[in-house]
Amino acid sequence: MTKVIKILGTGCPKCQTMTGVVKDVVSANNIDATIEKVEDIMEIMKFNIMTTPALVVDDVITIKGRVPSKDEVLALLQ
Amino acid sequence: MFDWIQNIADWFVYSVLNLEKGQHLAEALNFFIYDTTKILILLFVVIFFMGIVNSYFPIDKVKNYLSRNKLYGLEYLMASLFGVVTPFCSCSSVPLFIGFVRGGIPLGVTFSFLITSPLVNEVAIGLFVGLFGVKTTIIYVVSGVLLGTISGVILQKLKLETYLTPWVKEVLENAQRNQDIFQEEKQTFKQRLPIIWTEVLKILKGIIPYVIIGIAIGGLMHGYIPEGFFEQYMEKDNLFAVPIATILAVPMYSNASGILPVVQVLVAKGIPLGTAIAFMMGVVGLSLPEAMLLKKVMTLKLIAIFFGVVTLCIIISGYLFNIIL
Repeated sequence: MTKVIKILGTGCPKCQTMTGVVKDVVSANNIDATIEKVEDIMEIMKFNIMTTPALVVDDVITIKGRVPSKDEVLALLQ
Repeated sequence: MFDWIQNIADWFVYSVLNLEKGQHLAEALNFFIYDTTKILILLFVVIFFMGIVNSYFPIDKVKNYLSRNKLYGLEYLMASLFGVVTPFCSCSSVPLFIGFVRGGIPLGVTFSFLITSPLVNEVAIGLFVGLFGVKTTIIYVVSGVLLGTISGVILQKLKLETYLTPWVKEVLENAQRNQDIFQEEKQTFKQRLPIIWTEVLKILKGIIPYVIIGIAIGGLMHGYIPEGFFEQYMEKDNLFAVPIATILAVPMYSNASGILPVVQVLVAKGIPLGTAIAFMMGVVGLSLPEAMLLKKVMTLKLIAIFFGVVTLCIIISGYLFNIIL
């Protein structure tokens, strides 16, 4: 099943780093997933988070407020 | 405690490079090696310690605590204290603000947190201990906390809710003092450590260039500017020094870690500490990028009032320090 990955962040450097990490992991491991960047603050607030960037996998908030390592992302996606 | 670093610096400059004691170049280089090593060690220790605290005490807990407990006025102080242990990235200021407002936390209390969190952060503390010593650091931290508390109380009294942007007002109306279901990550210290570790390295990597450049400039000034040089220009009784220093400082931000080492040299050369602290609070605590981000939740008028009140409080504390110290 295709996983839906959302990256929540208003465009700060950390959010861009997180996007890079997630994209790398997805393409390097041939994971079936769509990556969506959510940059609109009102959309972000619907997830009830207070620190960005946040990683949402299939509507579950998995990481917030920091940039994860590649291994961490891989573990979350498998 | 840091004698051994001084010994290394002395050995390197006077023995290895064979420079003569008392030369400008030798003194500047010695100062640079000593300060860089000492400050990087202190920064590492403080950032690592704060990382551990924060791993066990994340922002969600802070919010839940503040919206759950009635503290009869103490909530401003609590919010300010929480600001110290919670690292702050200006890009999170908007979601943080909304999260607090939605949790039914009064605007003034939210401001207390928003003021102290960047003002008293792990990088500033690390640099302060290294550059000015423990006593001045304590003064800085305590006054930072009080500044956040008092500014929060003032801002609450001004009843600024009408100056929020419309969608935030809507959030405010639907605010509930309910608890977010917050699942704490049940992790052992061993599991947390690698995450904390990567964060520490990331923060250090980001600030090291600024710190080194700042200390290099400071080192040059230290070697070449005579003691007491600035006293003639910036005397304690010069009433304009504090406001000018503060207002100059507000727009500076990204290079706070580079500016502090320079300020330390200025103090050593005769600028009053109160004026310097006011300047540093302006640099660290208020920044234009943050103001730009806050535009999403506040009208320009509110941002101006927010910055105005904090700037005023910084200026007042600068005067106070110059009188006390």
